[in-house]
Amino acid sequence: MDGVVRQYEVTMELDVADEIREFLAGQENKSLLRFLTCGSVDDGKSTLIGRLLYDTKLIFEDQLATLERDSRRHGTTGEDMDLALLVDGLEAEREQGITIDVAYRFFATPKRKFIVADTPGHEQYTRNMATGASTADLAIVLVDARKGVLRQTRRHTYIASLLGIRHVVLAVNKFDLAGYDRAVFDRIAEEYNSIAGALGFDTVVAIPISARHGDNVIMPSSNTPWYDGPTILGHLETVPVGDRLAEAPLRFPVQYVNRPNLDFRGYCGTVASGTLAVGDKIVVAKSGKGSKLVRIVTSDGDLDRASAGQSVTVLLEDELDISRGDMLVAPDSRPNVADQFEANLVWFDEHALLPGRSYILRTETDQTPATVTALKYKVDVNTFAKEAAKHLELNETGVANLSTQAPIAFDAYADNRVTGAFVLIDRLTNATVGAGMITHPLWRASNVHWQALDVEKTARAGQKHQRPAVLWFTGLSGSGKSTIANLLEKSLYAEGLHTYILDGDNVRHGLNRDLGFTEDDRVENIRRVGEVARLMVDAGLIVLVSFISPFRAERRMAREMVDDGEFVEIFVDTPFEECARRDPKGLYAKALRGEIRNFTGVDSPYEAPERADIHLQTPGRTPEEIADEILNWLKERDYC
Amino acid sequence: MTRPMTHLQRLEAEAIHIMREVAATFSRPVMLYSIGKDSSVMLHLAMKAFYPAKPPFPFLHIDSNWKFREMIAFRDRMAAELGFDLIVHKNEDGVRDGVGPFTHGSNTHTHVMKTVALRQALDKHGFDAAFGGARRDEEKSRAKERVFSFRTAGHAWDPKNQRPEMWKIYNTRIAPGESIRVFPLSNWTELDIWQYILQENIPIVPLYFARKRPVVERDGMLILKDDERMELRAGEDARERMVRFRTLGCYPLTAATESDADSLEAIVAEMLVARTSERQGRMIDHDESGSMEKKKREGYF
Repeated sequence: MDGVVRQYEVTMELDVADEIREFLAGQENKSLLRFLTCGSVDDGKSTLIGRLLYDTKLIFEDQLATLERDSRRHGTTGEDMDLALLVDGLEAEREQGITIDVAYRFFATPKRKFIVADTPGHEQYTRNMATGASTADLAIVLVDARKGVLRQTRRHTYIASLLGIRHVVLAVNKFDLAGYDRAVFDRIAEEYNSIAGALGFDTVVAIPISARHGDNVIMPSSNTPWYDGPTILGHLETVPVGDRLAEAPLRFPVQYVNRPNLDFRGYCGTVASGTLAVGDKIVVAKSGKGSKLVRIVTSDGDLDRASAGQSVTVLLEDELDISRGDMLVAPDSRPNVADQFEANLVWFDEHALLPGRSYILRTETDQTPATVTALKYKVDVNTFAKEAAKHLELNETGVANLSTQAPIAFDAYADNRVTGAFVLIDRLTNATVGAGMITHPLWRASNVHWQALDVEKTARAGQKHQRPAVLWFTGLSGSGKSTIANLLEKSLYAEGLHTYILDGDNVRHGLNRDLGFTEDDRVENIRRVGEVARLMVDAGLIVLVSFISPFRAERRMAREMVDDGEFVEIFVDTPFEECARRDPKGLYAKALRGEIRNFTGVDSPYEAPERADIHLQTPGRTPEEIADEILNWLKERDYC
Repeated sequence: MTRPMTHLQRLEAEAIHIMREVAATFSRPVMLYSIGKDSSVMLHLAMKAFYPAKPPFPFLHIDSNWKFREMIAFRDRMAAELGFDLIVHKNEDGVRDGVGPFTHGSNTHTHVMKTVALRQALDKHGFDAAFGGARRDEEKSRAKERVFSFRTAGHAWDPKNQRPEMWKIYNTRIAPGESIRVFPLSNWTELDIWQYILQENIPIVPLYFARKRPVVERDGMLILKDDERMELRAGEDARERMVRFRTLGCYPLTAATESDADSLEAIVAEMLVARTSERQGRMIDHDESGSMEKKKREGYF
């Protein structure tokens, strides 16, 4: 008897195990939809997600207890539970009742799995909204039924379209407070359609909801009998999520080279689009060199083929010079390889985008210095009108031409969301300051070929028996740069060396007379002088550049225009008080009276060098002593 | 035509991509190894990501001196079997001062033996990137964290000023002294972790499986009396009960739950009907609301 019972229990357990495995297999094959909620502040984004989690039974008892406690403390819903507190995870968010950063939440229904990014509504946190949008397939844009379409509704809808989101849902929320009035819904939906219609989404669906009470979120609401469209969840479960990248041409950005021993050279990466198969011919996009794929290695055994999204290691037949940043592609359908292209930009940083300034451009695996050569226009988020602009401020979007130091391989973002995207990184703070979506290459670069000349820099310099260099003097106005540079040039001349001085004031009378003193003009000022200095170094000269050059980024740009060892940064370090006291041109007095604007040290910043090659503290020393110090430094290092 | 990837294949590919990104762009990465189930998954993924090579970074265990004995034994066994480079760090100042949860409370203990210990280890070895097994579904402030999460030279996290993280383009640039915490399991849920352990047959510490163990009921929690340092209060006694652990940490701070789940399938079945979240068994999260965010800002993982 006892044995029979035990037998029965064992069978039960086996059944449970089978059932669990079956259930898990079902989970495995569900499709995944990534979406975000966005819209203006207080439109109820977090509450909607809280509602979805709550109604799909994803809130645990201990979380509910914490929620009830927090609702009493921070809640904005009176006696009811404040579902938004389920998602607003940061202390500051709960205290202020707003969302600051993207929160990612996960839930599943019998039909699908979901990753939802809850993004902030405040304009100042637009970059966090863009973060959530960059990986989403669908956007739920919320509006408050009492307020209708607002500035942020338009902005977020526009950014969603820029980032390639195919589907939008307009959730007209707080509909309970608008009396479930059909006319209100129709008016808002119509206004929204006129906006979104022009942005090229695949689907735009408007749904009247109350996130707080659950109307039309999961279950159709009896309060809106006139509405016969889908509920939020019903729509999320059925909107198509076809993966277009699987059908696109092969793109395999090489992320990491795996070389455990001399016989194994594997290129690791995630297939960005298309399919790799053993035996396929591929080419390396930048070099154009071809080879054949011989193995696709994973720790679970070799594969015959691998498609978009899979992280694999591939082996080629030939030993090619391939490293991180290269891209293996289909020979008959290659990406663009160029160093000039046009892109849509979204700006994230308090410091505006300045055309001419050098940033680090980073794609999924490649990086190179890049500058915006022309800002074509910015886009007004309210009217989507194109406006002329000299720079792009925080949270603004626009279209620009970019130039990279080295060519990169890319596709148009509209064709490939992986290989058409990049971010821009500030070279000093390392902050991610902007994001870009490439529209098309510019062919200037390929049509204007560099003219190869027979007489080279080394030949020209050798004729003069000298080593060409840029001696770059930076410091405040009145610090003594020009005086010292002038004395140094005399000494160098006396030694029989061939030199030239580029002086800030003098150059502004000619080459740069069209430039003022705004931040962007200062950047362009230095770019031009850097280019002239580069040509002179190419001519074999020792160039003394005497410019305030207040920004580190531009001095670094000038340094990078010439070869290693050809640039000597000389910091003429005279304190502000001393420069203002000397005031050789009477400029400090004027600036301090407010008669001159954008004066370095007064109302425009000076960024002192962090590691100048020569750092000169001038107080208490004569210009002659200082010029001698530089001369000795140059001699010790064989510059002269 | 290839079949669409399954959910776990997508998560695995993403985690492997993240690990390779770190190996390719940082000069001295390390993987935090806490011996728990998430760490076991992370270790397994690291072995896969660099196959046939070994992971090109060491594994760091911050030993708070109060871990379950079974965890330490498991750790040493895994290091020997898989042959990875294991670094164990203890805050020796804390050991000397006798810091522990019973005498100093969970807050002080966690700060000294985990947060400070971690900072010591990162500074000592000059690690510039550290992998952690945290998941966004675990806790509200974690739901807000980037995959590549920037830390100042003082190891601090500024949650209000995180770098935008667009697409899979990670900004890995840092100045000397600064570092990045990297979370390859960000998008995994607790169910995904168990499902993956089941699918891949990943070894885990036996404490996760229900067994008869001597536990003491204290302040409503079941605490395993793992060694003699736990002194029984008046009226307490250690009784054998069928229990398991949903999460593992310092034994005095980790509550057991009564359970009969002695196989992976049973654990998943139990989880599917669970009404409490896994971090409920973690006392350190409950000191005050927002306490995890505070610890993270100070450098806790």
